[in-house]
Amino acid sequence: MFEQPVIAFENVTKTFGNVHAVVDNNLAVKAGEFLSILGPSGCGKTTSLRMMAGFEQPSSGAVSIQGQNMTGVPAFLRPVNMVFQHYALFPHLNVADNVSYGLRQRRPKPADAELAKSVADALEMVRLSGYEKRRSYELSGGQQQRVALARALINRPAVLLLDEPLAALDRKLRREMQIELQNLQRNLGITFLLVTHDQEEALSMSDRVCVMREGRIVQIGSPRELYDKPINSYVAGFVGKANFFVGPKADTVLCVRPELLEISATRKTLPQGLADAFDVTVLNRIFLGEHTEYLVRHESLGDFTVLSPRKSEHASGVFDIGDKAAVGWHKSAAQILTTT
Amino acid sequence: MNDAKHSRTLTALLLAPAGVFFVFLLVLPLLVMLVYSFGVRAPEGGYQAAFTFDNYLNLPARGKAFTNTLLLAPLATALTVLFAYPMAYFLAVKVSPRWRNAMLVLVVAPFWTSQLLRYYAWMMILGSKGIPSWLEWIGIADVRLLNTPYAVLIGAVYGFLPLMVPPIFVSLEKLDKRLLEASADLGSKPWQSFLQITLPLSLPGVATGSMLVFILLMGDYILPQFLGGGKVYFIGNALVDLFLQSRNWPFGAAVSIALVIIMFVTMYFYMRFVLGKTDQRRVAMV
Ligand SMILES: Nc1ncnc2c1ncn2[C@@H]1O[C@H](COP(=O)(O)OP(=O)(O)O)[C@@H](O)[C@H]1O
Ligand SMILES: [Mg+2]
Repeated sequence: MFEQPVIAFENVTKTFGNVHAVVDNNLAVKAGEFLSILGPSGCGKTTSLRMMAGFEQPSSGAVSIQGQNMTGVPAFLRPVNMVFQHYALFPHLNVADNVSYGLRQRRPKPADAELAKSVADALEMVRLSGYEKRRSYELSGGQQQRVALARALINRPAVLLLDEPLAALDRKLRREMQIELQNLQRNLGITFLLVTHDQEEALSMSDRVCVMREGRIVQIGSPRELYDKPINSYVAGFVGKANFFVGPKADTVLCVRPELLEISATRKTLPQGLADAFDVTVLNRIFLGEHTEYLVRHESLGDFTVLSPRKSEHASGVFDIGDKAAVGWHKSAAQILTTT
Repeated sequence: MNDAKHSRTLTALLLAPAGVFFVFLLVLPLLVMLVYSFGVRAPEGGYQAAFTFDNYLNLPARGKAFTNTLLLAPLATALTVLFAYPMAYFLAVKVSPRWRNAMLVLVVAPFWTSQLLRYYAWMMILGSKGIPSWLEWIGIADVRLLNTPYAVLIGAVYGFLPLMVPPIFVSLEKLDKRLLEASADLGSKPWQSFLQITLPLSLPGVATGSMLVFILLMGDYILPQFLGGGKVYFIGNALVDLFLQSRNWPFGAAVSIALVIIMFVTMYFYMRFVLGKTDQRRVAMV
């Protein structure tokens, strides 16, 4: 069955002078999904989002929302809402007036009682009940974030656009908000499109991830697909950790995830059936709780990392810096990827 | 502990010159005026010690100066805002940053030339050989502008525009453009965004500019003298007259004190209205 994408990019390009911010991208956001756009700073994520919201017009190509071509449609007429990177709360309005802002722009204007009810519901949804009369400067970063969310979600947009919404929060709060965002998305059934440079965030929250590089979409897929079947070394390196070794052909590399490597004291004590095994020297050791991360050196392969799970440490042993050890991997763990 | 004490001493030292300045140039003269205002005029003119409220009871004798000032100063301030706001908006929003400062300088430049010169020019423009004669040429006869309240208003708007534009410009320029994007994102048309976001957030600049212009206008005597020509006179003109011509210092002192009180009361309510109502004080500070 053909399902109409809620937002679609058709060969969208955006240039600023001689900067190619977004280059010939095609993208179809499915209704109800949680899609993340992942990529390093400056790769065109914000520009993509701004073209959806209507703050920028594509230099060429077309953006459509719910099947409608959005060329020339101003931001205030588009059925999407955005959570801005620095929240952009209105400093002269209290929380309730910030949250009800979108509803108050509608004609006919909803009645006061109706507005108050909607605001109360929206604030309850982001667990900020009772904060109606507060000013934005009286709120913590996390609370401002929630107000920004409530302000956007109260309008029931077709798509909620989130531009690095959690970047300004500390680690613990970020984790909390990630879970909260996921729950909100599931409960409301609203399509979420989140921009982030944090691969962990993208992988843990999204149904699908779209990896971008220098204005181009490199790969779109579920977190598992991206992790297990990256189409090139860029995606493999960006999504999760990866060791790259010299590949069999030019412009290729051999990629092995650190957690798929086995480590032991000698080659003999390594598990059976490995495709390859090497003698290495331990250069560094980082204790990560459930894992220990070793940086090891092989005379011809170079330096690479091995993740040794705590659970198997009784068998593999614990190594000190300078120790000799053996490392190997199963055939299925190694992938040959292109570097372009 | 020691540090706090040290910094407090330092603060006191740093504030001392301002404090001395304040006491000698502001508080003392006001006290002298207050004392004078209860005295009587010496036979040869000037001040003679006494304690009477006559000077205050006599204020209605200068009622015209008060009503002129209290009517025209706020009106002129409001008109100046009306003209300055679009200019400031244009400069802050529409003009590219490259030309912005140059154009702002052009707006402020007239203020650096002689005030007298500028009022003389306006006397020419508004006088019978100026605009009225041009109007006559197109068939509108007998228009009088010079020595009317209109001339004073025109002169005030022209003269004080350079003071009104910069504060409004600053408040508009520092306005976070993302707030306007957020407003549009939430379904607000551009003019709705202007009314709901831009205007309220630029009120601190309007308040600052208005206060500046209003205070200067309340005390002005050159503008009414030149363009009001003795017909439209302000409290300032009454003061010049009382202190320098009729040499009735105590009555002059009473008029001054009345002016100061009126000014403080108006400012207080004005600031409360503009800033207090929308809780702009905090916003204005950040
Ligand atoms: N308004 C603009 N004018 C000029 N260059 C811009 C503008 N907006 C973005 N760019 C450039 O486009 C590229 C992509 O920017 P952006 O979309 O903000 O990246 P990201 O959000 O992924 O960090 C960057 O090189 C940036 O400098
Ligand atoms: Mg960005």
